[in-house]
Amino acid sequence: MSALKVEGVHKSFGPNEVLRGIDLELEDHEVVCLIGASGSGKSTLLRCVNLLEPLDAGRIFLAGEEITRRDVDSNSVRRRIGIVFQAFNLFPHMTVLRNVTLAPRDVLGLGRAEAEARGRELLARFGLEDRRDEYPDRLSGGQQQRVAIVRALAMQPELMLLDEVTSALDPELVAEVLSVIRELAAGGMTMLIATHEMSFARDIAHRVCFLEEGRILEQGPPHEIFAQPKEPRTQQFLERIIEAGRL
Amino acid sequence: MASEGDRRSDPEVAERRSRLLGGLRLEGEGARGVAIALISTAVFLVAIVVAVTQSAGWPEVRRTFFDWGDISGSFPDIARAFVLNVKIFLVCEVFILVLALVIAVLRSLQGPVFFPLRALAIIYSDLARGIPTILVIALLGFGAPALQLTGVPRSRLFWAGVGLVLVYSGYVAEVYRAGIESVHPSQEAAARSLGLSRFQALRRVILPQAIRRVIPPLLNDFIGLQKDTALVGTLGVIEAFNQSQIDTNATFTYGSYLAAAALFVALTIPLARLTDWLIARDRKRRQAAGGFA
Repeated sequence: MSALKVEGVHKSFGPNEVLRGIDLELEDHEVVCLIGASGSGKSTLLRCVNLLEPLDAGRIFLAGEEITRRDVDSNSVRRRIGIVFQAFNLFPHMTVLRNVTLAPRDVLGLGRAEAEARGRELLARFGLEDRRDEYPDRLSGGQQQRVAIVRALAMQPELMLLDEVTSALDPELVAEVLSVIRELAAGGMTMLIATHEMSFARDIAHRVCFLEEGRILEQGPPHEIFAQPKEPRTQQFLERIIEAGRL
Repeated sequence: MASEGDRRSDPEVAERRSRLLGGLRLEGEGARGVAIALISTAVFLVAIVVAVTQSAGWPEVRRTFFDWGDISGSFPDIARAFVLNVKIFLVCEVFILVLALVIAVLRSLQGPVFFPLRALAIIYSDLARGIPTILVIALLGFGAPALQLTGVPRSRLFWAGVGLVLVYSGYVAEVYRAGIESVHPSQEAAARSLGLSRFQALRRVILPQAIRRVIPPLLNDFIGLQKDTALVGTLGVIEAFNQSQIDTNATFTYGSYLAAAALFVALTIPLARLTDWLIARDRKRRQAAGGFA
């Protein structure tokens, strides 16, 4: 049984068809990176998996159970899937610790003491314990993004979705966030990662999927995709990345 | 997170801000600036006093409005009646804050299922803001007690209060709504993605941010409410305005109006200054946070 199975997913925004039939399967503990140009549908796919966007067609299964059926409670699905956004989206009116404990307390019903203990432990694990009483706007971008990752982890998700989590960061802050993700991968977290960081994808992914105009054009282990892409469109995309000095 | 652009345009922003603030702030010139401000204010005041006192009707106006004996004589009665205005204001304010929030939340509900509730909220807001307050108070104050419903108060004061609550909730709901809409949709997405329900996201994430942003305009509406408590007097309830009318009828002079006006001003000015201060503080905080908070 796969951790995540995406079957024939279509999604349009008005006349703009963003996803044109996506099929994808993730095994437990697998790390899959989605690469492709902006607008190829990476982010939309992640938002669909997290049920933030309704599908036009297709089905999605989480641990063998269909989550796109009408009678499924989407709140109970989302608490099992963590997502981290490009723009962090921390709650600016709450301290770091409150950001992290909000959902465990309100959604999982944990007591304050237990939720805070768990939150502190997670923050400590990612070097953020001394920031727990700060408000997000006092933190650097890298710190904010690490808090956002901790906030998602506090729900103990079975799957993490990362949506270009380093794209809004200054270059010198990218490494600290990537190292957190590496640590998660090493810990066996199942992850679906949309990214522009090709060398990171090469290092961390078990499998890389190249998206083009709402379809998965090519997929395989990173050494194949990056070294010998079969599709001409994948080759073009990678050549442009190499020209830009990003691989 | 201030961008390069923000920093570059700082002087321009500061300049526009000082123009927006108008008056009250003396820009940069220290003692000389203060002196100029004082002199120009004095000249301005003298000009007005001269113009008014030279007018043909001034002796008569002075006798009927500015008789110090009238003003100070009517003051105790009016001050006692003014306590009722303050009570009306304080009680109505609580109900307005709650009712308006309910209306604003109903109006912000998404999805076709909620269409009737949204429509109801819109109709309510339109009516509440469309009918003159004095008419709403007259309709309710004279009409509702006449229905003689059992279990419902018949006091005109009660119904006038209901009228104020209904009218002001229409305005305040719009203020809340502007606040709710100013919270970026990504905040709701972040909350929902953690498994929070729509209601939990609203209560924990959206409303706390929305309400913080609209506190100054809310206070502004309450300044209006403080004044409009005088409309209750039109139903015969003895509050400050009505008491001053009674005094006027007894003395055939209008000094009591000035006494009532002074009381209202004494209450609204502190609130107005508090509002200004909150706006200024909010702007400073926004600047410090690069527009994020």
